[in-house]
Amino acid sequence: MKNTLYDKIWEDHCIRKNDDNSSLIYIDRHLIHEVTSPQAFDGLDIKKRNIWNKNSILATTDHNVPTINRDKGITDPVSKVQIETLRDNCNKHSIELYDLGNIKQGIVHVIGPELGLTQPGMTLVCGDSHTSTHGALASLAFGIGTSDVEHVLATQCLNLTKEKNFNIIVNNNLRPFITSKDLILYIIGKIGTSGGTGYTIEYTGDGISSLSIESRMTICNMTIEAGAKSGLMSFDETTHDYLKDREFLPDAKYYDQALKYWETLVSDEDVIFDRTETFNAEDVEPQVTWGTSPEMVTSVDGTIPSSDAASNKEEYENTLEYMGLQSGTDIKSIPLDKIFIGSCTNSRIEDLREAAEVIKGEKVASNIKQAIVVPGSGLVKAQAESEGLDKIFTNAGFEWRDPGCSMCLGMNDDFLQPYERCASTSNRNFQGRQGDKGRTHLVSPSMAAIAGIKGHFYNVREFMNEK
Amino acid sequence: MKNNFKGQVIPINRDNVDTDLIIPKQYLKSIKKSGFGAFLFDSLRYTSTATLDSTESREEDELFILNKKPFRNGNILISKSNFGCGSSREHAVWAIQNYGINTVIAESFADIFSRNSYTNGLLLICLDKENISTIINNALSSDSYQIEIKLESNSITLPNGDNIIFDIDESYKDRILNSLDDIELTLRYKNEINDYEKKMKTIKPWLFENE
Repeated sequence: MKNTLYDKIWEDHCIRKNDDNSSLIYIDRHLIHEVTSPQAFDGLDIKKRNIWNKNSILATTDHNVPTINRDKGITDPVSKVQIETLRDNCNKHSIELYDLGNIKQGIVHVIGPELGLTQPGMTLVCGDSHTSTHGALASLAFGIGTSDVEHVLATQCLNLTKEKNFNIIVNNNLRPFITSKDLILYIIGKIGTSGGTGYTIEYTGDGISSLSIESRMTICNMTIEAGAKSGLMSFDETTHDYLKDREFLPDAKYYDQALKYWETLVSDEDVIFDRTETFNAEDVEPQVTWGTSPEMVTSVDGTIPSSDAASNKEEYENTLEYMGLQSGTDIKSIPLDKIFIGSCTNSRIEDLREAAEVIKGEKVASNIKQAIVVPGSGLVKAQAESEGLDKIFTNAGFEWRDPGCSMCLGMNDDFLQPYERCASTSNRNFQGRQGDKGRTHLVSPSMAAIAGIKGHFYNVREFMNEK
Repeated sequence: MKNNFKGQVIPINRDNVDTDLIIPKQYLKSIKKSGFGAFLFDSLRYTSTATLDSTESREEDELFILNKKPFRNGNILISKSNFGCGSSREHAVWAIQNYGINTVIAESFADIFSRNSYTNGLLLICLDKENISTIINNALSSDSYQIEIKLESNSITLPNGDNIIFDIDESYKDRILNSLDDIELTLRYKNEINDYEKKMKTIKPWLFENE
């Protein structure tokens, strides 16, 4: 019997098969944050339940924290209560919390891998849909709601029904200045935002294995935008190199044993997936979304598509009206108001290096009202500063902020004003996502960088060839 | 939830209704499970935004379906494909339930939203495109459009007497009807969980070295 990577991790964590087609699955790692945990702790208190294994949990503050003037504290009283509730809950239950002021604080999906808290073969959950990110380290990771957060706190388990297996094969390599962000947007454009619903997606092929772990994380991160809760990639030498020397890796006395297990974390050769799609990385151009769903995406050299291709004309018209765009418009002619480089999709050191390479020696265009760079964690921030990236950004007119989710969802003070248009390295272009009536275009870090410099979209490949 | 119930349909005639649309981010600052009904579909329902602690009343957008009779008092939401996509926020399910809606019918649902609906006892029913179109179009053109959902026969009776049969997982139905305590049920297997951990401490000791 041949098994996929997903089958293997699933079986490894299956405690029992229930009568109703679900299984009781053990959860190794639980990451929590301020927004989706308070009601879960409250639920435990009401029923007087204990936490099953506090050592499996790590908390941080990210969704609702300021990225500027942190020394002044949190000024919004409602946000303050939420952050303080997390502090109280962690304190009461002796849960480790990386809070504001700690260099290890940051976006939960950035700090998990960077600290070595995410390890191959683990089951990992968090009350956040972008938990899929951690699958780049061959960990079965998925987002859960608050009731399930409470369930994992109390039992270390979830009753789950197994998903089907979906293999996305990417052949060949991405061309220079084309990134994994372009690749995943391209894939979502092809399979649609519900293409992966009911599946766990495993990405394979040389187009994936040639990528760095951080690039792979961007793909797994946006797997939820393709409808699948989890994205997976097999363990390989690149994974092993990435993990070396991370803080929370297995102790030396267990390391060889762990490594031996990690090396089994690949799908069996010739295993049959329920569904397979194949893509050619060489076909991918820099991508820009033009609508209010990540599947509404085209290449930077393209135009806003006509309604002929739309399945629902009324919805298509509503989308364009919301976005303030017309069919046939050249993507490159669209002027921008704001630039956001950050989020769990694209706020790691390689993302910042990629943007800085484009920005170096340039200035933000005069029509751009605000351009911000928000590193994913305190450690990413420190690393970037040690490389002088912060100076490249600030010299060009970008603001250099403290770590958090920031303008990806605009829960804090970083959001779009009505009708403002933003080139954003985040993951969702939904109506109102970055601010009420705000208009989001999802792009890669280098495409956001060049958009900031030109004041409109521009093909980063052309720019870098000219530079 | 009862086995059989009747209610007014609220049609949301679009695909990809995401959880940001169902409940925008500023209301996720709440640390409670209640009070979200007032903010359901907030950006479509009102002409201005609000915060959790703002008190001034807002102007409703009279074009939005929830602000029209008879939909305002409806309790069965119907929409198209990929309903509930995006963020895992359970607040979306709470907002729907807090508003007084007990059932959502759609062509398809996003996975995490389905899961959150299940844990909260919000009934989700999948119907094919054709039936969804029929119900949405008729509801939009009728002064009142009440349908009856019969869980004992897995059927929906339309106002004209037509019956639509739907597929539903029996354990899901059981969960919806009996609002069980999931944690209590899992803790019945406490010994199995302990045994599993004991075994893993030998096979994967590195996962437990902090203890």
